[in-house]
Amino acid sequence: MDLPPIIDSWFSKRGWQVHPHQRAMLARADDPATLLIAPTGGGKTMAGFLPTLADLASDPRDGLHTLYVSPLKALAADIKRNLRGPVSDMGLPIRIEDRTGDTSATQKKRQRADPPHILLTTPESLALLISYEDAPRMFAGLQRIVIDEIHALAESKRGDQLMLALGRLQRLCPGLRRVGLSATVDDPQAIAHLMARHPDPCAILEADPGPAPDIAMLHTDAAPPWSGGGAAHAIPAVLDQIRAHRTTLIFHNTRAQAEIFFHNLWLANDDGLPIGIHHGSLDRQQRERVEAAMVRGDLRAIVCTGSLDLGIDWGDVDLVIQIGAPKNVKRLVQRIGRANHRYNAPSKALLVPANRFEVVECVAALQAVRDGTLDGDRRGPGPRDVLCQHILITAAAGPFDADALYAEITSVGAYATLSRAAFDDCLAFCATGGYALRAYDQWQRLKQQPDGQWALRDPRAAQRIRMNIGTIQDTDTLKVRLKRTRGGKPLGEIEEAFAASLSPGDTFLIGGQIVRYEGLRDMVVEVTRRADRKPKVATFMGTKFATSTQLCDRILGMLRADDWPDLPAHTRDWLHLQRRVSRLPRQGRLLIESFPHDGNEHACIYGFAGRNAQQTLGLLLTKRMEDLGLHPLGFVATDYATLIWGLDPITDPAPLFDITALRDGLDGWLAGNAVMKRTFRASATIAGLIERNTPSARKSGRQATFSSDILYDTLVKYDPDHLMLDITREEALRGLVDFGRIEEMAERIGSRIDLIRLDRVTPLAAPLFLEVGRVPIKGSAEDRLLAQETTRLMQSSGLDGLSG
Amino acid sequence: MNSHHFVFCDTSLHALPSGALWWPDAGLLCVSDLHLGKSERIARRGGALIPPYETTETLDRLQADLTATGAQTVICLGDSFDDLDAAQALPDSNRMQIARLQAGRDWIWIEGNHDPGPTGIGGSHRQNHSQGPLCFRHIATAGAQGEISGHYHPKTTLRLRGRTVIRPALLHDGRQMILPAYGLYTGGLRSSDPAFARILTGGPVTAILIGPTPCAIPLPH
Repeated sequence: MDLPPIIDSWFSKRGWQVHPHQRAMLARADDPATLLIAPTGGGKTMAGFLPTLADLASDPRDGLHTLYVSPLKALAADIKRNLRGPVSDMGLPIRIEDRTGDTSATQKKRQRADPPHILLTTPESLALLISYEDAPRMFAGLQRIVIDEIHALAESKRGDQLMLALGRLQRLCPGLRRVGLSATVDDPQAIAHLMARHPDPCAILEADPGPAPDIAMLHTDAAPPWSGGGAAHAIPAVLDQIRAHRTTLIFHNTRAQAEIFFHNLWLANDDGLPIGIHHGSLDRQQRERVEAAMVRGDLRAIVCTGSLDLGIDWGDVDLVIQIGAPKNVKRLVQRIGRANHRYNAPSKALLVPANRFEVVECVAALQAVRDGTLDGDRRGPGPRDVLCQHILITAAAGPFDADALYAEITSVGAYATLSRAAFDDCLAFCATGGYALRAYDQWQRLKQQPDGQWALRDPRAAQRIRMNIGTIQDTDTLKVRLKRTRGGKPLGEIEEAFAASLSPGDTFLIGGQIVRYEGLRDMVVEVTRRADRKPKVATFMGTKFATSTQLCDRILGMLRADDWPDLPAHTRDWLHLQRRVSRLPRQGRLLIESFPHDGNEHACIYGFAGRNAQQTLGLLLTKRMEDLGLHPLGFVATDYATLIWGLDPITDPAPLFDITALRDGLDGWLAGNAVMKRTFRASATIAGLIERNTPSARKSGRQATFSSDILYDTLVKYDPDHLMLDITREEALRGLVDFGRIEEMAERIGSRIDLIRLDRVTPLAAPLFLEVGRVPIKGSAEDRLLAQETTRLMQSSGLDGLSG
Repeated sequence: MNSHHFVFCDTSLHALPSGALWWPDAGLLCVSDLHLGKSERIARRGGALIPPYETTETLDRLQADLTATGAQTVICLGDSFDDLDAAQALPDSNRMQIARLQAGRDWIWIEGNHDPGPTGIGGSHRQNHSQGPLCFRHIATAGAQGEISGHYHPKTTLRLRGRTVIRPALLHDGRQMILPAYGLYTGGLRSSDPAFARILTGGPVTAILIGPTPCAIPLPH
């Protein structure tokens, strides 16, 4: 396709060149699927839309032409702004609108009746659109779909849901062409496989990545602490950097860390530099205010989390600071790309390790960035909980034929290998619940009609299905408001479990301010402002990323060196000391240190398998130790090691690490485990077994639900072979349990286990004693604690004399 | 069985680990809010198809309590069925189960807001029932004396060395008592909810936490 004169002259009037990759996209406008990999600021979005603009410029017509999907509502709004400008400058009669959770009901209704030429939306809003009976009419004539930031979507179930929706759209509009826009990734082929209709080819275009980033570790006068993630030691140095730059983005790995850092930053901000905070738990208005201030250039720095990761154009950022180890080289590179949006100018970034071990990790990450090696974890086949939701969504739109739906689903890359039997199981689950006890014959959710088509038995179910669309699993959160006579200012959200742990008078941080918990009213947490007390920190769950396999390998490789001239003296001396008194972990071997400390025996196992796997290893090993009579008392895990304490020392590690025994232990252990229950809750919600939203609950606002743990326990007891338990197991193994990395580790080390007996704590093990998140070995401990506590409470209140 | 013994309105009572109330002198066992047939009702209304095993499980637990106590009288304190249609739709196996439990016992169904009428399943149906100093009804009435009710599904949260424990709870102020829900598929209302403060005005409130070893704590105001 050629560039129409109207667009060509718009470029030349500005003295701009059409980038080579933009031309290439135009040339491939008729390909069924194209993946473009380009750095931020490389005119990526324009490249995605150019074929659409060119087509509509030369052949103006009504109806939906191009669908744009991005992971963020804010990104859709941002693109709307950035696209409407050029389109109106060119004088093109193209209507561009966005549609997200924030769009008004009237606007949404109108969009379904009279869609714009270009509709900008999110995966969830698109899933909702295809659930309506009029979807075929709305999407009739759709030519193109542009998926932005596809690398981010491809890592999550949101991407799987999107691709299933695309399978549906493709059947409605056979000529639909797909375009994916991605940041730099390790395996473009994998993304191409996910996004193209199976088995269509998908060309991969790579734009000039621009100059290498200018990236270094921030030098601080104070040495980082032995453990923790606060990075308070770096506050003065970070403030110096903010002063020296126009706008600085300060990334954190968790929301809680961002809150604490922001709080500390303000305590030291003697110049009163304008600094804001932005993360996903903050109220939308608060976030929008920060975003607007940033676009205006009013802010010198923003403390943020992954909510700013994606490609929104926040204006003139000239420095990115990453607090804490990046855990993952790919994410680090993408964050660095946030700085310096001018094409062909290097982006500048500084890493701030929050503790001593993170210094090592940061240096390893810097090497990886320099070498250009990114990391990525393989995703398995498409998750079946998302598939179940898709079947329900399909049913909400109208009767369907099972054979046709199966064909449609296996045209989605991630589900290409789905067997017919597995599909039928999911269909049966959606229709009858799939229980061993045939209970719902009369009340099936989906019924097969005489013509063989499947349809909802009760049309009211369509509304309930739509109310529960989506795969994002926030834990249940409660809104936080300032207490006023009439509805105070909303501040954000905290997790229900955290709210439950609060008593009136407790203080916590939210949005950078300390607030005092006053009480719960109509499921809203009421707080007052408080400036005078040290806060009890909000435990936002956020995502705790595990250090990637590739980065762990690189660290192990680094530890093999004779000396580490790249490391600051404090960290270098620490490693030398470790080598002197014990030894350093080595690739292909497993180091276990055993030593007494504080009256207990300890074992430190350096598996370098990432946080989740080390945690699972702790649970499995303590269970094995319990069986072997070694009386374990508890453990704590980090990305690189698990520390176990108990009454007896480990003397023979080989039987403990027998992978077959570990795998057997996994089965028994998994069933009753909290990780499984959490995974079950997430998967059962996605699959439609648990409804987060029901019409009646919305009306009363009261909590009518019971714990998902009860459903889980009931299934385990009465229906252990149920599909939902199978899905839960699969999801847990590749998610929180991360057993795959334990198996990799076991394979790597074989029988090469080095058990070293020492008379005291070693330098490398010492920081683990300061780690939070110690896991006590469960047993009758809870009831014993409860009995002690109640006796104490009754005695101190004098009530014990009153009852029997 | 680890029951918790206490005295309420001069009556010696036990809170059982299951959430049932046992009155040995009268040979009477009281359970509240069984919500039998809940999964069927949700499905009937076009909702999720949740595991249909709660009725069997709840009745099994009741069987265990009856065996352990040898109770001669059983009071189900209302909301025994999730609705009247759920009672009608009860599978034969569960009807048999109930019939076995009822054999040789006095069985009283108190009406609840979910099951406000006869269900046609054995036993006698009443709005409320008085015996000795105690009166049994589904929803508490203000200022009543010696009243035992259900309806609210109370639960209590306790913090133990950084661990949060949430348990169903029996609440009483020496004058009125609110039982926790006995049914498997039942949520709960926090004991800090103002609803409880409005009802339990007779004195300091005690919460008996239900679990393997029921135990009492004073409820803060």
